[in-house]
Amino acid sequence: MKFRVERDALADAVAWAARSLPLRPSVPVLAGLLVETGDAGLVLSGFDYETSTRVTIPAEVVDEGRALVSGRLLADISRSLPAKPVEMATDGAKVSLTCGSARFSLQTMPVEDYPALPDMPTASGTVRSDVFAAAVGQAVTAAGRDDMLPVLTGVRVEIDGSHLALMATDRYRLSLRELEWSPSLGDFTATALVPAKVLADTAKSLTAGGDVTIALSSTGTGEGIIGFEGQTAGGTRSTTTRLLDGEFPKVRALFPSESATVARVDTPTLVEAVKRVALVAERNTPVRLSFSKGQVTLEAGSGDEAQASESVEADVDGDDIAIGFNPGYLLDGLGAIDAPVAHLAFTQATRPAALAGAGDLGAEPTLDFRYLLMPVRLQG
Amino acid sequence: MTDTPILHIDMDAFFASVSIRHRPELRDVPVVVGAGGRGVVLSATYPARACGVRSGMPMRRALRLCPRAVVVSPDSLGVQSVSSAVMETFRSVTPLVRALSIDEAFLDVSGAARRFGSPEQIGEQLRARIADEQGITCSVGVAPITTVAKIASELAKPDGLLVVRPDEVLGFLHPLPIETLWGVGKKTAARLHRLELVTVADLAHTPVSTLQHALGPVAGAHLHRLAWGAGSHTVTPRASIQEPERTMGHQETFGRDTDDPILIRRELLRLSTRVAARMRRGGVVGRVVVITVRFSDFRTITRSRTLRETTDLAADIYAAAAELFSVLRPRARIRLVGVRVSGLVAAARAPRQLVLGARDPGWFEAERAVDQATLRFGSTVVRPAALIGSRRP
Repeated sequence: MKFRVERDALADAVAWAARSLPLRPSVPVLAGLLVETGDAGLVLSGFDYETSTRVTIPAEVVDEGRALVSGRLLADISRSLPAKPVEMATDGAKVSLTCGSARFSLQTMPVEDYPALPDMPTASGTVRSDVFAAAVGQAVTAAGRDDMLPVLTGVRVEIDGSHLALMATDRYRLSLRELEWSPSLGDFTATALVPAKVLADTAKSLTAGGDVTIALSSTGTGEGIIGFEGQTAGGTRSTTTRLLDGEFPKVRALFPSESATVARVDTPTLVEAVKRVALVAERNTPVRLSFSKGQVTLEAGSGDEAQASESVEADVDGDDIAIGFNPGYLLDGLGAIDAPVAHLAFTQATRPAALAGAGDLGAEPTLDFRYLLMPVRLQG
Repeated sequence: MTDTPILHIDMDAFFASVSIRHRPELRDVPVVVGAGGRGVVLSATYPARACGVRSGMPMRRALRLCPRAVVVSPDSLGVQSVSSAVMETFRSVTPLVRALSIDEAFLDVSGAARRFGSPEQIGEQLRARIADEQGITCSVGVAPITTVAKIASELAKPDGLLVVRPDEVLGFLHPLPIETLWGVGKKTAARLHRLELVTVADLAHTPVSTLQHALGPVAGAHLHRLAWGAGSHTVTPRASIQEPERTMGHQETFGRDTDDPILIRRELLRLSTRVAARMRRGGVVGRVVVITVRFSDFRTITRSRTLRETTDLAADIYAAAAELFSVLRPRARIRLVGVRVSGLVAAARAPRQLVLGARDPGWFEAERAVDQATLRFGSTVVRPAALIGSRRP
């Protein structure tokens, strides 16, 4: 194996492919990055039995071949190289890397021991990469991180024709993002439970190109995987990850169909006020929001500790309501709606509140992203 | 040795007294503490109580009963610091102080006689010091046992002290209305009144079986014992209700070392159920679940897990304990398992994050209902199905 490649293209590709490598691999070869040359140019692959990454970039291939080297070490080296063309070649049991006058010699691991990467499922459709990344970013806000409830560490993906829905919940809040995409077949339907962290990382890392291809087997037979592929200036990047097992809770029905109180508040103002008032809220204690005509008053803290309060102008329709929220969950939701005006709908102080974004104070909320937040029961 | 070592000390109209302690002009006028308007009465001074004002009553109603009452807003900061100072004063006399709430405590002064005198003298000294240092009054009950001391302080109010000697206990208790007994609320009293039981003497002379029939086996027997002057002769110290016991747990040694995962899980469930019930009784919640496993060679390990939210539910504690155990994959036989919850805080200070889509009523209410049933019928009446029919190991 021998090839020459641009330094920046190599550094980007290695950094991306090495992302999924395990820190403490169960078998040593999994710490490796597979370097292959062929007709397509240079292909780098990583795999940890859950998630695979593969990146293809143009390279001047002198000899075809492949080698398995430490992914982390190659990432560190390629990141630090001078801005000169890079040449890599197998040299007996080692791989040599030359860039300008810098030379490295890397140990290789036996390629025969490296597991075969799963095949990419058939492409199911495409979506604009920036739209997808933003949507995933909103959806994962509510995903759980507790490995005692593995189902909730996933994002539920529901595809129904040109309609794509992403939802996540950690039992305390719920996010639901709906968007349009372009399926390969008009009547394609599928559901999948994708690990939230992998989905978020992947969506973010594929924003450089125009479209992301999503590949999902529509039947639930065997071990399900989902694949994502995107083009970047430097080449093609693809990832597959194993789907989570288990029944995702039926969450759509949790959104209340009507509300007793609706408030519209300038989002940045409310965010700033919540952050300020929450300074005195001890761990796991709520920020209390009292909505009345024309305003919302925020309070936190208790009599024996520090206390804070602040009022913010709000457009309030319906009954007065006082309700408590974990300030972190509330701020997550206000951040995720990504809109100048926050539209909050309540039924009771012990029932979930629905958050959505609106363009301005008079506008109807946009319902492509909705966030449902369960309150904290106020004392006394 | 003294025969009346237990003191129950209760601040008089605590919130109200603290709120007006720097305003002597309000000392003899009716004062009601609370946020005005639509709020409720947090506390009222004795002149206001004389007009019928009670804590928890709507402010409007209080002012209708006592139109010349002065309304002051609560001094929450003061209440907390006065409470700590008072508890500290108690501890200067004896380390055996158990705070029951922010404004009352049990003291065991059996070891303090040589330095401070008789329990009665100690009670008077403490009353004088608290009046002096904090500007508020308190009442003291002195008795051989906790239950009687608590009733005595109530009868001594306001600003008094009452001693009940061992040979006076029954004579003291029996003429009292049954509502005075600790733990007899409106509902229990109503049930007893239906049996035409009015005084503690009536209760004492009713067959236990009749009381058990009316109130359940546990509560019935308990009240009957109280009516005959049962109660604790000792006091377990607790600094304040804000600093409850920091950890609660149980452990169980198997009759024979075992590696049967079903048996072990069942024991973890039983222990979780007991810990949770004890936490609820103590009014605490916690976030850290710890399991202890001792192997047949006495090697002992612990594993812990921090929950996202505080809990006092067996369902949550067991889920974490079972998860900790399953990760352990023990190879050796097991001699003992334990379940403990640490990082306890007072439940009243721990807000409860509600869960999306949870059944309402759900586990929170179900486990509390079990507590009620247990109080009435004993601890085996409602159990997880997995524990039915299993003999203790």
